[in-house]
Amino acid sequence: MNGYVGTPTSRVDGRAKVTGAAKYAGEFTADRLVHGFVVEATIPRGRIAQLDTSEALKVAGVLDVLTHANRPSLADKDDAWKDEVAPEGSPFRPLYDDTIKFNGQPIALVVAEEWATAKFAATLVRIDYEQAEFATDLEAERGGASEMDKPHKPRGDAAGALAAAALRHEADYLIPTEHHNPMELYATTTVWEGDGKLTVYDKTQGVQNVQKFLCGVFDKKPEDIRVLSPYVGGAFGSGLRPQYQVVLATLAALALKRSVRVVLTRQQMYGLGYRPMTIERVALGAKSDGTLDAVTHEAIAVTSRYEDFARNDTGWAEQLYSSPNSSFSHKLVHLDVSTPSDMRAPGAASGVCALECAMDELAVALNLDPIELRLKCYSDRDQSENLPYTSKQLRQCYARGAEAFGWGRRDPAPRSMRDGKELVGWGMATGVWEALQMPVAVRIVLTSNGHAEVSCAASDIGTGTYTIVAQVAADALGLPIENISVRLADSTLPQAPVEGGSWMAASSAHAVLGAAEDIRQELARHAQAMPSSPLAGVDAQDIILAEGTIAKAGERGRAISIADAMRYGKLERIEKQKLNEFPEDKSHARNTHSAVFAEVKVDEELGVIRVTRVVSAVAAGRILNTKTGRSQIMGGVVWGIGMALHEETVMDHRFGRIMNANIAEYHIPVNADVHDIDVIFVDEPDTHINKLGVKGLGEIGIVGVPAAIANAVYHATGKRIRRFPITLDKLLG
Amino acid sequence: MGDVTHELPDRIPTRLVINGVSHTLDLLPWTTLLDALRDHLALTGTKKGCDHGQCGACTVLIDGRRVNSCLTLAVMKDSAEITTIEGLAKDGALHPLQQAFIDHDAFQCGYCTPGQICSAAGLLAEGRARDADQIRELMSGNL
Amino acid sequence: MNNFRYSRASDIADAIRLLAPDPGAKLIAGGTNLIDLMKENVERPSRLIDISRLPLREIVETPDGGLRIGALVPNSDLAYHPLIEQRYPLLASAILAGASAQLRNMASVGGNLMQRTRCPYFYDTATPCNKRSLGSGCSAIDGLNRNHAILGTSNSCIATNPSDMSVALAALGALVHIAGPNGERTIALTDFHRLPDDKPHLDTNLGSGEIIIAVELPPHSFARNYSYLKIRDRMSYAFALVSVAAALELEGNAISGARVALGGVAHKPWRSLEAEAALRGQAATPDHFGHAADLLLQGASARSHNGFKIELARRAVVRTLMQATNATPQSQAHKKIA
Repeated sequence: MNGYVGTPTSRVDGRAKVTGAAKYAGEFTADRLVHGFVVEATIPRGRIAQLDTSEALKVAGVLDVLTHANRPSLADKDDAWKDEVAPEGSPFRPLYDDTIKFNGQPIALVVAEEWATAKFAATLVRIDYEQAEFATDLEAERGGASEMDKPHKPRGDAAGALAAAALRHEADYLIPTEHHNPMELYATTTVWEGDGKLTVYDKTQGVQNVQKFLCGVFDKKPEDIRVLSPYVGGAFGSGLRPQYQVVLATLAALALKRSVRVVLTRQQMYGLGYRPMTIERVALGAKSDGTLDAVTHEAIAVTSRYEDFARNDTGWAEQLYSSPNSSFSHKLVHLDVSTPSDMRAPGAASGVCALECAMDELAVALNLDPIELRLKCYSDRDQSENLPYTSKQLRQCYARGAEAFGWGRRDPAPRSMRDGKELVGWGMATGVWEALQMPVAVRIVLTSNGHAEVSCAASDIGTGTYTIVAQVAADALGLPIENISVRLADSTLPQAPVEGGSWMAASSAHAVLGAAEDIRQELARHAQAMPSSPLAGVDAQDIILAEGTIAKAGERGRAISIADAMRYGKLERIEKQKLNEFPEDKSHARNTHSAVFAEVKVDEELGVIRVTRVVSAVAAGRILNTKTGRSQIMGGVVWGIGMALHEETVMDHRFGRIMNANIAEYHIPVNADVHDIDVIFVDEPDTHINKLGVKGLGEIGIVGVPAAIANAVYHATGKRIRRFPITLDKLLG
Repeated sequence: MGDVTHELPDRIPTRLVINGVSHTLDLLPWTTLLDALRDHLALTGTKKGCDHGQCGACTVLIDGRRVNSCLTLAVMKDSAEITTIEGLAKDGALHPLQQAFIDHDAFQCGYCTPGQICSAAGLLAEGRARDADQIRELMSGNL
Repeated sequence: MNNFRYSRASDIADAIRLLAPDPGAKLIAGGTNLIDLMKENVERPSRLIDISRLPLREIVETPDGGLRIGALVPNSDLAYHPLIEQRYPLLASAILAGASAQLRNMASVGGNLMQRTRCPYFYDTATPCNKRSLGSGCSAIDGLNRNHAILGTSNSCIATNPSDMSVALAALGALVHIAGPNGERTIALTDFHRLPDDKPHLDTNLGSGEIIIAVELPPHSFARNYSYLKIRDRMSYAFALVSVAAALELEGNAISGARVALGGVAHKPWRSLEAEAALRGQAATPDHFGHAADLLLQGASARSHNGFKIELARRAVVRTLMQATNATPQSQAHKKIA
């Protein structure tokens, strides 16, 4: 099968996006649409003593103000509020009761004919609170951390080996709270279809997750609620769980029996999920030859008081670095904040950042080149389960990345390289992520004009799902890509999980293959049944679909056009739907890897840091689309620059309030911060992981980047900054 | 500080020439050009990413100059010529910038894209960017 | 936004007339700052008086060889005006260091002078702030103050003025022309903005009912030896941690005239005549610049998170003056610091 797969095919939804035709959740409209505006709590903990909406209701154009006191019925059991990726605990319920659990919590929804009217009226809602004692400072409350179930079993005696190690490095690295800040505001348009039926356009990474959730929360039948998100303006994990505005828009639609749109402000988005602030404590014990004796990694992370959100921050050394002794622990501090959420490479972005900074510090202590240290410790097995990898071309990543970067010309001494008044630093780090795959179903409808519609409930959050589905389908059906139309992100379409974890490329591609195989078999049957068929007697397995025909593999002369075969079978269309499930296989570990190289230039006097070059060499199996794949990695690198130098959600713990809840002072990189990014896809054939050898690219692009930059800053300046982001004031002292 | 008043002011007839087509809208004074485009004219190609002039997603051209439509009161632009992303392609042929964005995969989710493209069109008209660093700097108002 | 009325002024006199009866009324031109603040419910004008169509868009030469810039000239038009590029490149550079191309297209000169602080407590109506609500207290003094002032602070307020343009105007000795119910008056730009003292709700000395009509640049333009250096947390589209506008008049390597203004460190652009005087007659060397920086930063005091600004400002002053000396002004596009 070749043709489109593996090529730099342009995005099939490109035209819709560059012309403004692509519609996002807050852009769908309906007859008599009204607008909801959220009123948020301004304290972190307590209860609403009094909530006076009378002034707001007097404003001309205001239809209603929904609060916990007057809202329609909501489910009262936690189970109904638990979506498919909910962590342990009791999920937050908007407008449920008078309890305040975090600053920014929605406590009322003003509904008006115009959005601006609702926004104005929202300022007139008067709230008296009974404020309770609260705590929001992870570092201050670190002592109250509670241990989670260990994600990885300890091996050997890490504490003993560490104590006895010839060389030891041990340090805390602090990853601040970060917010996803997708460009699209969190938004829902709930369309009242009459008779209690609703069509919900929602900014989500999983329409079926939201659909089930809404049915539970509002006690609806599955056929009453349809959820769509044909275009999603970035999400990065923020749309994995249903966002509260989908509840509010739907609640208001049910209350008013009208269509309602609720779009959150950028500031309000800071009241939802985020990458949790985490203290990453890493200890490495080494022999003097640079091999490891012990690795310990402890993460202490923030979560809310009502849910235990924890990801795998600490286990990554098991994948990367051979050590006879290891131990890992993950602790949570419960604070008066909203629950964190998955954010691009959750766990790994933070944990590997710390691990890779620590490895760099160890390399310095051992007087070893950082790549050499990593090669000395290179692990060909996942040590936690003692498994081989389906494929692991990380050595090639180091080699190809180093060559492209010119790493061989690096003077290892800190502060040794200069460009005028700037110190030049070269740093590197390893990246690792999981190659996950999930059950996905796809329906293909092939019509006799040689056009196929491929549909699936999966979302395309900018990752390129529309395009790779079209590519795989075009190849599998032997049709030009122009003849493939792709429908995604409608809860009535065949099943798909939330789009996340980098699993959708492999999962959707194989689902397409499965449905296409059924189409092929049916076409082959019709073709062979035709009178004097050129395919008569050919083994069905040798029949392929190519160039609009049904043909014998390797003998293209023996072919019948799809149109002819369908006409013969009196078929206008062939429709096949198939659920693809990957066989359970615990014989191998599945991971993607990268080696990231960064050049920084640091003004020696002023501390201003510029990231002038990044090379990211990625081993992630087969790359379905080298153009959109490269964009995925570039986007990840830009995120990594932000994580290294810019991003930090800043809270005033006296108020328990985020004080930079905007995108002027919550800095993400701008164009002027981004220079040459060289993406290298290392050849990584993988015949074990799945048929196409696909692993996924969404997360691996960010992992390792912050550490490579931090290590470059150290190499440039001799200063080791362990509190992220690395702002210039930290270099001045 | 103004006193709270619940009476809404009179709507103000406002003529906007958008992508060559004249529209007259009766608007409350606080309606931004962005909201007028999106909510009143269903021209949702212009995006709301922050509503505070911090992201550039709402960039349109007013009388040929790129501006943030989220910080522009529509009533103040009475009679102005406005070009949005919907007005860049002519007779179905993409503007060269639109085609270049597709060819180079200069977007992913596409939400900032209309603003990036309108901003780039404004940048070209300004004629101030002569090298890559100047383009980077002058495109830094689009996150 | 709050519920306000809208009027369009037909001329300057009309604008003044419309302002007079309504203390809650505000003028609007570019709107880049005012609309932002209205959306945050920080500014709640009863009426907006649209002055954007007033005939204040000209840049004309004054009889003494300076320039008079209409208050409604957009920031980008000013920065790219041939007379500014050639004769006042320090001003052009400072303007281009600020905001984004889109905002510079919208923002007016007068509006830039009126822009308000980025202090997060000022913006957050759920926290105390004397500038927003006099008497409520200052949350920044014992709170998050990494971006706050180190000079000229008071016990009521440690906010900074966020303008880049104003820093260059202060260095250049610009004048502000104002019209009001009692006629026109002119004040020095350095006297236009004020220190917070116990009235931090007042950013400027503009009287109620007054309107900025022009900014005047004196003839001395420092077109050869100048630089504007802005230090911030990312490379563009961010407010200054510290910025420096430096301008020198050199005879050989000897300084015959010097201007230095700091941004991001005080409630107004910060200049010290003493520091500038100390440079006159001296050789243009880092040592002398360091001494001048010390004088400029005399009395600087830090709070819990902004101590770094004192040393950063000192180094930035020296560096910017060296850039000016070498006639290698900081490029706002090429980010390597010369």
